[in-house]
Amino acid sequence: MATEPQKSKTKGAIVAGCLAPHPPHLVYAENPPQNEPRSECGWETLRWAYESMRNELSTIDHDVLVILSPHWRTYVGTHILATPHLKSLSVDPVFPHLFRYSYDIKVDVELAETIHAVCQEKNIPTKLMQNPDFRVDYGTIVTGHMINPLWNKPIVCLSANSVSAYYNLDRMQALMMELGAATKEAIEKSGRKAILLASHSLSHRHFTSENEIPEDMSKEHITNHSLYLWDMKMINLMKAGKSKEMVDLIPDFTEQTIAETESGGLTWMMQAMDYPTYPAKVHGYGTVIGTGNVVASWAPKSSHSAPTAHSTQSGVQSGVQLGTK
Amino acid sequence: MAQNKSSNTIIKGFVLPGLVQPLLSPDANPGYRKIRTAFEKVREEIERSQADLILIYSTMWPSILGHQIQAMPEPEWNLVDEEFHELGTIHYKLKIDSEFAECYNKHALKRGLHSRTIAHHGFPIDTGSVVALKLINPENRIPAVIVSSNIYSDRAETVVLGKAAVSALKEQGKRAVAVIISTLSNRLHADFIDPKDDKINSLKDQEWNLKILEFLEKGRLEDVAQLSRQIQREARVKKVSNFKPFWWLSAVMGAHNRYTGQIYEYQPIYGTGSAVIGLTPALNASRDLEFDEDAPEYYTGERNVLSLSSESMADFSSQQNSGNFDGSTEMENEDNENI
Ligand SMILES: [Fe+2]
Repeated sequence: MATEPQKSKTKGAIVAGCLAPHPPHLVYAENPPQNEPRSECGWETLRWAYESMRNELSTIDHDVLVILSPHWRTYVGTHILATPHLKSLSVDPVFPHLFRYSYDIKVDVELAETIHAVCQEKNIPTKLMQNPDFRVDYGTIVTGHMINPLWNKPIVCLSANSVSAYYNLDRMQALMMELGAATKEAIEKSGRKAILLASHSLSHRHFTSENEIPEDMSKEHITNHSLYLWDMKMINLMKAGKSKEMVDLIPDFTEQTIAETESGGLTWMMQAMDYPTYPAKVHGYGTVIGTGNVVASWAPKSSHSAPTAHSTQSGVQSGVQLGTK
Repeated sequence: MAQNKSSNTIIKGFVLPGLVQPLLSPDANPGYRKIRTAFEKVREEIERSQADLILIYSTMWPSILGHQIQAMPEPEWNLVDEEFHELGTIHYKLKIDSEFAECYNKHALKRGLHSRTIAHHGFPIDTGSVVALKLINPENRIPAVIVSSNIYSDRAETVVLGKAAVSALKEQGKRAVAVIISTLSNRLHADFIDPKDDKINSLKDQEWNLKILEFLEKGRLEDVAQLSRQIQREARVKKVSNFKPFWWLSAVMGAHNRYTGQIYEYQPIYGTGSAVIGLTPALNASRDLEFDEDAPEYYTGERNVLSLSSESMADFSSQQNSGNFDGSTEMENEDNENI
């Protein structure tokens, strides 16, 4: 493998899974050196939630972050990043005034190829992405930054197949369950200790206009109350350790709230983790231009150990003070 | 019904598909080569047209905060398609008419739309616009402007967006060719295929594509525009709220059927119905058979589609029917199916 030393043949494991939404506003508000636009503040509840989740992950030994991103949308199969090193500028297509981020990412190609191979065995259509000029989607970058702003762990990124638009949400659930099981099997074969990242919001109805000051928090709220009620329903199931019930509800939830669960990340992750029956740690909930976002983690007790070299601060450790313009 | 008096500002209109195969792998399937050849014919027509501007509405550039208009004078990048990345990298350097983009934005705002110009290095210009401009304007002989497709917008907003383009053309005294980047049926194959085996994804898609082609061959642009909602139901994967490109094109070119239509080519590209079509203003009209929707001049904003409070229901009025722009006739309210 090009990016990591050879791993031992011991069985790999999923050591944690995180629901890690990707509004570019969070990176914008952190003012990291990688991002060109500067902010005064904003979306602190979600940023502090991420800080809490980074602290938790720093106690979990892991080799790789495996992300499923709705903003690498593919229509023909599931695609998997498989180029060792990707470095470029990511400009958000919807919020270019907030997110122009220089990234430098290492990819765990060996794990990517293993996931691809297992999927092929199971007749799940997959394709490796091996073009070195490829620009990594901003969902992956925002989630990757908020989890690990130093980018000192390799990633694997899976695209989100648009099966829900092509067929329906039940077919999406079925595909994501197959993909989750295949991901788990591949991680075990690879010997890696992996953290899974489902990169998406919950309810997903945006405001269609923006305030003059994007970080004006006096204007930030959920788009409407019914979305909020649905988000709380899902979060309560997470907190109660009822992950199977939560996943069963995803088609209805998605339909009622135009939720970004439509991309399949949460279903994929819960299946790969065999539907945890312990409570998720809900680090925080907040809205971003009207959409509902929860930062939550599932980690079995056995995963927690001594702190690793994982970066725990997003802006501060990167040499930029938070809250200054 | 108001007629748009824009025929002198738009020389021609084109419907172009945005998939990468005609540019990157034209010989993988004889149909891809035919589409490539059709693009080349369009290039020649545009060169002969003496247009000042190529005005593009791309269904492959989605936006959320209203509409975005590309205004970077010379955007340059190495683009890799997120679906067909194995086919290679597209290097592009485009020429954008920034002044027109600003003027277009000004008129969009004036007509009640939420819009803004975009001018950032590295902004991800959509694959469809890049493929089209590489093939129809390879030397950048004519500057272009690209406008996004808002995922939430419906007919009224899209029609007004088209009229704002006409207002900008009139103000600047420019003549343009109008281009929509869109397939007809947009359903790709769900599994990997050998390009040699390419075909339209389903018989139903094929039948609808032929119906659309039949209309456009007769120059019935406004009829196709008014069938957009049905086309969305029958032949489009529901990625966005509605099938909008023909609403924009008819608003820009003139909401009628007085066109000469030319089908340069129609072929499957990875399952989609990909057609290269031209429309030229003509003196004779086909019969107006499908007209039933109106032509708003202004957009009056948020329709609260998810907020069903009794207040918003009672006050609902999606269009302004007074204060006419450009001296056109009065409009009726419409679009109440959005509630
Ligand atoms: Fe998103």
